[in-house]
Amino acid sequence: MKSGIFEGRTERVKARLALGLDPTEKMKLIKTNFIFLLRLITFAASMRQITLIDSKLLGLVINRLCHQLIENHDDFNQSVIIGLQPRGVLFAECIVEKLRAIQPKSEVKYGVIDPTFYRDDFRIHGKPLIAHHTDIPFSLEGKRVILVDDVLYTGRTIRSGMEGMLEYGRPASVELMVLIDRRFSRELPVQPDYVGKSVDSYDNQKVKVMWKKDGGEDKVLLLTN
Amino acid sequence: MLSVKHLLGIKDLRKEDIELIFSQADEFKEVLSRPIKKVPSLRDITVANLFFENSTRTRLSFELAEKRLSADVVNFSASSSSVKKGETLVDTVNNILAMKVDMVVMRHASPGAGVFLSRHIDAAIVNAGDGTHEHPTQALLDAFSIREKLGEVKGKRVVIVGDITHSRVAISNIYCLQKLGAEVMVCGPTTLIPKHIESLGVKVEHNLRKALEWCDVANMLRIQLERQDAGVRYFPSLREYSLQYGLDKKLLDSLSKKIVVMHPGPINRGVEITSDVADSDQSIILNQVENGVAIRMAVIYLLAQRLPRKVM
Repeated sequence: MKSGIFEGRTERVKARLALGLDPTEKMKLIKTNFIFLLRLITFAASMRQITLIDSKLLGLVINRLCHQLIENHDDFNQSVIIGLQPRGVLFAECIVEKLRAIQPKSEVKYGVIDPTFYRDDFRIHGKPLIAHHTDIPFSLEGKRVILVDDVLYTGRTIRSGMEGMLEYGRPASVELMVLIDRRFSRELPVQPDYVGKSVDSYDNQKVKVMWKKDGGEDKVLLLTN
Repeated sequence: MLSVKHLLGIKDLRKEDIELIFSQADEFKEVLSRPIKKVPSLRDITVANLFFENSTRTRLSFELAEKRLSADVVNFSASSSSVKKGETLVDTVNNILAMKVDMVVMRHASPGAGVFLSRHIDAAIVNAGDGTHEHPTQALLDAFSIREKLGEVKGKRVVIVGDITHSRVAISNIYCLQKLGAEVMVCGPTTLIPKHIESLGVKVEHNLRKALEWCDVANMLRIQLERQDAGVRYFPSLREYSLQYGLDKKLLDSLSKKIVVMHPGPINRGVEITSDVADSDQSIILNQVENGVAIRMAVIYLLAQRLPRKVM
């Protein structure tokens, strides 16, 4: 790709300079080349990774989301938090931990669900769908459920998670909280109610959420292949 | 993903396959504890249960497993079929496959029936017992039950007591337990222990008390009365077998440690084990049956992932 950008360019520039252009024309040429160089540098940088959220910002985001939840759910008397396996659980744990710290008196009910058995891409990708643990030790009948996942992309995982969740009762309402919302890439009509950060991304990019408790550092990266 | 397309025997599996099946069976066990014990994963799959030999527990267990994965199920038993009219195995199965069946669960009296079939048809095959060869799902659920009761299978000592010669459960159990790192011993009268079984790496013991003192788990196999009646007598009488190789409460309580008692069923109460042993807290016989459904769900789910997808 790089060679494609460079191809013939230096020769073209040399040839045009040699023609003896007037000074303004020369300046214009140098300027466009400078801009071209800048573009190249940003392109090279994007080849690696961009930090969307660092550990300090992550703390703030979690704090904000928790206060938004409290605003809508008060003491969590009728509300429960359900984390989506496998990666959403790590985020959901942070939220639950923070909520319990902010409101020590209210009991925040928390469960995890694995959407694997309800996915619509069973036998499509050729890679196996391996199930993770589901643990919802209470009924969801009449409860206000907050579904928590780390990255919202096509919306298919959320759909399967919701289908699985309905096996545990008919909730009064379901809300969705995500740490990262990859906008404009939905394949199903799914909208989050609480968002940590929205990003615009291409299909060849990947959002990677890392956690300290998972053996990394608390941060979110946008990777480009 | 599993390394095999069919589950014909434990011998073809790798240790990782068995562990994968166990990890998925854990999740299916959770599904079975829900108010709605059903997942929609296999909606587009049809399974044929072909039982050329009688079975109650295994067939029910497979059928429940399939239904709880939302697969469509057709059943077939030899006693009420055209096998009696002289149709060959391949013809019977091909006729059933012509009705668009994706997976076949088969029990057959001939050893190797599953392997034979896998060379002739496209569907995934699960062996539910082929003659005296293998009964892989039984071995998997036995090892799974041991893992559940004792935490892990590795390093545990398991003795299989009874008719080893005619037992597919014994062979599959030996392979499965050894792959998971357990030590295996077989125990029974010399007539019921195959010659050269040591070559599989198992210990042989003819004294039940010694065997029980050595082990952590005793798997008491069923004496197949139908074989005893068929002409060849492998031991003088059931009463004598029961005296020598039957496990009663007195013997169980006299051991220096508490062992786990298993039985693949159906139990001949008072022959292999007495009722008070079968119903004691050391017995995990009903756990085995319960785990059977979860294990079979895991096996069918994992094999189904390898099936090609049909698109309209």
